[in-house]
Amino acid sequence: MDYEIVIGMEIHVEMATKTKLFCNCTTEFGGNENTHACPICLAMPGTLPVLNEKVLDFAIKAGLALNCEIQHYSKFDRKNYFYPDLPKAYQTSQFYYPICKDGYVEIEAGGKKKKIGITRIHIEEDAGKLLHESVDGTLLDANRCGVPLVEIVSEPDIRSAEEAQVFAEKVRNILEYTGVSDCKMEEGSLRFDVNLSIREKGAEAFGTRTEMKNLNSFRALGRAVQYESKRQVIDIKKGREIIQETRKWDDVKGVSSAMRSKEEAHDYRYFPEPDLVPIILSEERIEEARRTLPELPEAKQARYVRDYGLPQYDAEVLTASKATSQFFEKTVALYDEPKQISNWIMVEIPPFLKEKEISIEEIPFQPEDLVELLTLIQKGKISGKIGKKVLSLMFEESAGSPSQIVEENQWAQMSDAGELSDIIAKIIDENQKSLDDIAKGNKKAYGYLTGQVMKATKGQANPQLANQLIREMVEKKLNSRD
Amino acid sequence: MSISKEQASYIAELTRLELKENEIEGFVADLDKIINYVDTINQLDTTDVETTEHILDLKNVTREDVVAPSLSIEEVLKNAPEQEMNCFKVPRVLE
Ligand SMILES: [Zn+2]
Repeated sequence: MDYEIVIGMEIHVEMATKTKLFCNCTTEFGGNENTHACPICLAMPGTLPVLNEKVLDFAIKAGLALNCEIQHYSKFDRKNYFYPDLPKAYQTSQFYYPICKDGYVEIEAGGKKKKIGITRIHIEEDAGKLLHESVDGTLLDANRCGVPLVEIVSEPDIRSAEEAQVFAEKVRNILEYTGVSDCKMEEGSLRFDVNLSIREKGAEAFGTRTEMKNLNSFRALGRAVQYESKRQVIDIKKGREIIQETRKWDDVKGVSSAMRSKEEAHDYRYFPEPDLVPIILSEERIEEARRTLPELPEAKQARYVRDYGLPQYDAEVLTASKATSQFFEKTVALYDEPKQISNWIMVEIPPFLKEKEISIEEIPFQPEDLVELLTLIQKGKISGKIGKKVLSLMFEESAGSPSQIVEENQWAQMSDAGELSDIIAKIIDENQKSLDDIAKGNKKAYGYLTGQVMKATKGQANPQLANQLIREMVEKKLNSRD
Repeated sequence: MSISKEQASYIAELTRLELKENEIEGFVADLDKIINYVDTINQLDTTDVETTEHILDLKNVTREDVVAPSLSIEEVLKNAPEQEMNCFKVPRVLE
């Protein structure tokens, strides 16, 4: 019997605001414990939340970029649960009237295009961080309490680990371009919850699902889906019942395990938040946001193919992150060789990023410098091979400009015909045997002469020029012999 | 409307209240009184009243996204019954 995996995802995305959702505390990452907290986010009695204006802009942008319908009326609700990561004992969220509904993301997985539906996007606050370092208790750091999130809820349209990963990456990519979030995975700016069930292929009804929460990397997401789907298929084949439960993914051991059911005996008893008033969005405001939405990755790819004549593959690699596309666009604006630039960004630069463990934003030189390097190669000042050596030095701290690097290392090609002619004349004189060989019709001897010239110039002779001069001078010598 | 003993125990569990068997009866009676009191509202005829999710005639109350200083760590932890390593300390929960 064939089985089918059915997955719906919830993606929590931390918004790029300066302050928290309902108070003026900073959202900055990495502060000392409890230094970003105030009476509002600590839930002191008598305090009132006030909504951050920027959050609305970001939520609308996220909705538009994910093809949602932005709601003219939305509001907040209280999600009640008793756990020490939330001092209020409820999370302020949007349950009954979320800000965005009915969107989709188009993905391509396994060579096929498909749409993954977005059920809703709502605004909510993050919880604090619990530290389990104390011997006889649990510690709360409230810095994350009240940091604004958007939660993106997908339809159960995902059918494989690959689709889940591609979907998550696509959402991350789109949100990064819109500026809604910095999307820093290592800082937990993006977290995935996976609802997964198995059913017989072709069946209408869903199987019993399990939920895995807070997967914080694409790799963990893919592995967790693979493990959990296999586990469920095995249980179903053995006739064991799947229990609806929250499971914890252990990325180190590579296994999921059931959480103690008492811990997740949740009954959220949602009710309207009386302390926050409704959000009414006018058509004008929504349209204004639509107009100012930046160019999204797919549109960029189409433009790169159309305007720069790049292959689709190049366009996809160059738009895989906002920073890469920015670097490409700045470079191509200064130097009209898109494919050549694409090759350097896709092939030559990445090994150095890997070696130095930096991202493209942290490249220690400017697009102008890459243009200078490409111009040196194009003008024949240096060979392509030397160009790569220059690039490696450009990644070193306190490196000069490409021209300075070439000069300091004396890497300039000998492109001066006069100087080169003298060297070649000398080499031909010293190698009469090669001349004899050529006279007998052995053209291979040219190669030998070229080799000698490169040796004499320590590889700095411009090869095209050297070849041309050798031929001219050899022919002249042979003619004068006759 | 009246509340059952099971419902009272369930609410106690959700709010992490540990009730002894003999205490539950008292809570059932109290909760019954509260619910019956609120039930009075059902006597009103609301046929022509529009449903509302919020009682105030206000919308879009927002503030600018500008950082202001947070509390000092001393102030943050001033009312904490227990603290450790600049954190609030609470009874141990499962990781
Ligand atoms: Zn605060």
